[in-house]
Amino acid sequence: MTLKPALDWIDQRTGLKTAVDEFLNEEIPASSGWRHVFGSMAAFSFMLQAFTGVLLALNYAPTPGEAYNSVRYIMTELTGGSLIRGLHHYGASMMIIIVVLHMIQVFVWGAYKKPREATWIAGCTLLLITLAFGLTGYLLPWDNRAYWGTVVTTQIAGSAPVAGAYVQRLMGAESGVGVVTFARFFAAHVLVLPLLTMLLIGAHIYLVRKHGVAPEPGETAPRKKFFPEQVMKDTVAIFAAFAILFTLAVVAKAPLERIADPTDAKYIPRPEWYFLFLFQTLKLFEGPLEIVGSLVLPNLAIVALFLVPFIDRSAMAKLRQRTLAIGIVVLGAIGWAGLTTAAVMTTPKNLDQTADLDTAPGSWQQLAPEELAGIGYYRLENCASCHTPGPNAVGPDLAAGVRKDAAWMIDHFKRPAQIVPGTAMPAIALKDSQLNALAAFILKLNPKNQEALTSAPQFAVDGALVYQQNRCGACHQVNGAGMKMGPGLNGLATRRSRAWIEEHFANPQKMSPGTVMPPYKLAPKDGEALIKYLMNLPNPE
Amino acid sequence: MADDNRRNFFLTVIYGLWGLIASALAIPAAGYLLLPGKTRKPAAWTPVGELAELQPGAPTEMMFRRNRADGWKVTSEKTSAWVVKTGDNDVVAFAPGCTHLGCAYHWDEQGRHFLCPCHTSTFGLDGKVLSGPAPRPLDRFEAKVQNGKVLIGPIRKGGAA
Repeated sequence: MTLKPALDWIDQRTGLKTAVDEFLNEEIPASSGWRHVFGSMAAFSFMLQAFTGVLLALNYAPTPGEAYNSVRYIMTELTGGSLIRGLHHYGASMMIIIVVLHMIQVFVWGAYKKPREATWIAGCTLLLITLAFGLTGYLLPWDNRAYWGTVVTTQIAGSAPVAGAYVQRLMGAESGVGVVTFARFFAAHVLVLPLLTMLLIGAHIYLVRKHGVAPEPGETAPRKKFFPEQVMKDTVAIFAAFAILFTLAVVAKAPLERIADPTDAKYIPRPEWYFLFLFQTLKLFEGPLEIVGSLVLPNLAIVALFLVPFIDRSAMAKLRQRTLAIGIVVLGAIGWAGLTTAAVMTTPKNLDQTADLDTAPGSWQQLAPEELAGIGYYRLENCASCHTPGPNAVGPDLAAGVRKDAAWMIDHFKRPAQIVPGTAMPAIALKDSQLNALAAFILKLNPKNQEALTSAPQFAVDGALVYQQNRCGACHQVNGAGMKMGPGLNGLATRRSRAWIEEHFANPQKMSPGTVMPPYKLAPKDGEALIKYLMNLPNPE
Repeated sequence: MADDNRRNFFLTVIYGLWGLIASALAIPAAGYLLLPGKTRKPAAWTPVGELAELQPGAPTEMMFRRNRADGWKVTSEKTSAWVVKTGDNDVVAFAPGCTHLGCAYHWDEQGRHFLCPCHTSTFGLDGKVLSGPAPRPLDRFEAKVQNGKVLIGPIRKGGAA
């Protein structure tokens, strides 16, 4: 029982086996070894990114807002989703490391020399494409770091003399980062760049085969075959990299911050680690010289990189004689490490993106309970996925000043398409009183207080929801809203203890004889939310 | 001989490691594509109407809104149920689509059966197929009565009570 007849049958009709055999039996210099594994590793890295990228695309919605929700869905709901995104996220970093190591190896051994200039140029282009993959992919989760990172990138591109405006328009970022930017980056990331990469990898490998792997100078030992020894070495190296990547993806979840918020003035944008050195270079130049750091130096470096085989035209030399090349690499590494360290050291830690700002007095404290409950419904109905505050959202900017009254809005909530034909807004299934609260909040929304949408701590929102459900405002006043039959609740924490309030809910007569307040039996969770909210109300003015 | 051993060792390493990589990718990918997502909390019981509106033996179509998890979205959709009072505090709620090809059927008072206008399947008060091409009894929602209100839960295929 052997497969040979079947394989022969296929080979006679397709030439597949012959082609694979020729590929594997390629002759390489006897001096080939572990230092030649990086090219195969880079190719594997690309294929891995393609594989995990396709898997992600199968559950990904490429529009702002929706994108964030679908990434969160992949991370939290789907089996293996977190792992697959982790492989793709950290895989991008791994690919950059491998591509750079590959380039350093070729550079140090001088393998770019005549007649291999074209191979080197194709490789440099692949390095740039890899970086472009990182840059465009960075935006796609549409969280705060994605958004702000891309704002900085497009601004830098726009600052170039003459070409700046065109490049920015090409990036779809003419009027800020928005839906067009997103479409451009997505299309580049999944259509243009993969296609270019495949073409260039093909050309690169063809050229390597055409010229052969560069031998040591004066090498006379008989050449050996690629398979199986070198293939084994490539395999071991690929496996080691994959094992590290897999462990990382399992142990450390790929980050997903809060949904992009163009109004978050506190957010400190930083690029991905491999761009930090550029970011730091930028800071070395000020005022009119800024362009030197942002564009002139990086572009000069790229041009110099491409020209390496034309600058160094000497014959192949032994590694020991390539002190200048080694020196350049060492200096480059030191410079890169220094700039990156400086960038990391000077980066203030972002406020925990998920922390509830428990003690910081925020504008949520100035809101009436009904408005705060409105934030609750806003979050419940995930309005932010389309109405991201700011100019670039899918839905209208709610903070820009709504020119409709509450009745119109409530009608619109219930039957969006009848009121605004062609709208993509889904109907909101809430009760009238709840829609009222939502409308009340949106009416009051302005660029100054809209940060409460995200910054109002969940406990306060929950408490306000309980406050509204139990119609506390029918007797009490908070921040000027509500009736004055009972005592105002501002500054309650300065007057009463927590235990007193708890007891008072259960048995008002016992705590304040003669009161008209009825007893309330709240679910423990609701009671906890309400009391925490009341205890955090600001003092009366 | 030594050369053969060397070659076999290389081959073992190559096939072994690529096998490991392939399975470390194929297994999560299969789970990702083929397994159901983490079950989100199914929609809680939705009140659809008052028990008092119902008469035994007279199916009533009750409209309601429910949230359906649709991938990364929760869509709120309008749907209905044919509710039949089966006891003092018991109701049965049929999903509104015919089990043949999903057309909306209605209660035919004259014939005392549910009638699908598309291919004239008919179903009895208990949802069982009386005639026509329908392959199985009407699908049911979980349903219960609480404080005089009819509450409807998730849908169950097959019609078995």
